[in-house]
Amino acid sequence: MNFNMTDPNQIITSNETLPRGKAVIEIKDLYKSFGNNHVLNGFNMTLMEGENLVVMGKSGSGKSVMIKCLVGLVKPDRGTVKVLGKEINALDQKTLDELRSDIGFLFQGSALYDSMTVRENLEFPMRRHKEKLGAVTDTEPLVREALENVGLAHTMDLMPVELSGGMKRRVALARTLILKPKVILYDEPTSGLDPITSKEIIELMRSIQKKYGTSSLIITHDVDCARVISERMILLVDGINYAEGTYSQLSQSTDPKVDAFFKK
Amino acid sequence: MGNTSTLFKGLKEFFIEIGDLSNFATRFFKEVLKPPFEFKELMRQCYQMGNRSLVLVTITGFIIGLVLTLQSRPTLIQFGAVSWMPNMVGISIVREIGPVITALICAGRIASGIGAELGSMRVTEQIDAMEVSGTNPFKYLVITRIMATTLMIPILVIYGDLVALYGSALVENLKGDVSFQLYFNTVFDALSFSDLVPATIKSFFFGFAIGLVGCFKGYYSKKGTAGVGVAANTAVVMASLLLFVIDFIAVFISDIFYEL
Repeated sequence: MNFNMTDPNQIITSNETLPRGKAVIEIKDLYKSFGNNHVLNGFNMTLMEGENLVVMGKSGSGKSVMIKCLVGLVKPDRGTVKVLGKEINALDQKTLDELRSDIGFLFQGSALYDSMTVRENLEFPMRRHKEKLGAVTDTEPLVREALENVGLAHTMDLMPVELSGGMKRRVALARTLILKPKVILYDEPTSGLDPITSKEIIELMRSIQKKYGTSSLIITHDVDCARVISERMILLVDGINYAEGTYSQLSQSTDPKVDAFFKK
Repeated sequence: MGNTSTLFKGLKEFFIEIGDLSNFATRFFKEVLKPPFEFKELMRQCYQMGNRSLVLVTITGFIIGLVLTLQSRPTLIQFGAVSWMPNMVGISIVREIGPVITALICAGRIASGIGAELGSMRVTEQIDAMEVSGTNPFKYLVITRIMATTLMIPILVIYGDLVALYGSALVENLKGDVSFQLYFNTVFDALSFSDLVPATIKSFFFGFAIGLVGCFKGYYSKKGTAGVGVAANTAVVMASLLLFVIDFIAVFISDIFYEL
């Protein structure tokens, strides 16, 4: 580990913990401001193939903005964002949409379409990615498989309003899996859930990663979630990656800004 | 000084809003003819808007026809012109009252509904989720809704006109012993091309304005759940205001062409 706690603006890196392999996401010098609010001030990050990387930060620290830059929902002011080898900001709409089929995105509030049933919610991403599904014309087995993965096959014809918060999150997870993405981005996967349901969601995320071998980027401020799921962590403070390392490395840090995340 | 700066700020915000609405409309025209086309969603929206507004338009139209006839009757009797009742009611309903009242009812019902629905989708990240799944949310949500209102409002207006005329005929039948057949024959004889065409054309514009404003307010809704309420509320106010502006322009233009 390469710690330098004296300068608060110093980026703390731990290259020893970076797994070897192919990078699936690369962010270099990412800047984003909203008026005078400078959210990201040169953020850097690399997610390797098959890795579970957790980015932790306080509310309003720019975690969600950063993750939205990865799928082209937010345009950065400066910096490069490469996903699966493609520079997101240089892509035309068609190529970007094609690339998005390889990226699963679990939204903070599940973001299920209220006016559609669970089945229609899961079928929705398939309508624009028929070429990826090949000769599949009957979507029912795919929907059933995705729902079985999250243990909710019986909810197929229910409306989102009939589901609990935890069930909604699981259905949303099933929706991200339907196109068999290579990378899954989780935006606060356990926020607003009780501890037991949070634990179930975390277990589900782990089992999915094991089953499909996906790379996962998890944005959270839930220390328990980070402890269980992370192979590597980045602490996002003042728009930069302030500290980087494994959970045990960072949780033992004496730096006040790092320590603040792990204090019970 | 304070009042002047508030006035300027208000004016500035008003013109910015008009500019944004114009950009939104421009985007609609740019994307409406580009594939992919969301026909299934368009049909669903047409059905929902038409079906859900039907009862409201029926009740309103019937009462308007009834009240207009009841209120006008004593005056027309005074002037010995009660036989002109079908002509007067028919022309006023078809030209003006029918389209404006139906559009206002739909502005309250549909524009607020669209504003609230899209606003809620925006704050719960459903629109973002749609975009991430590779679907253009503008095409799927906005274009289908604007097209649906543009197509359905004229149909609802024609239906509302017929119901209003039926209400009027009922009063004439009960109070004046005029048969329904005679009443409707007189109405249709009185109506000309210059009454029907401008009224129908302006109904399309009314529908377009209702859909456009509802979608605009909902699509750019901000500030959480409070923003959804604001979107629904301002959608109704702005759409209603726009309807009167369109009505004025439509009457002005038809006056030039047909010399009312």
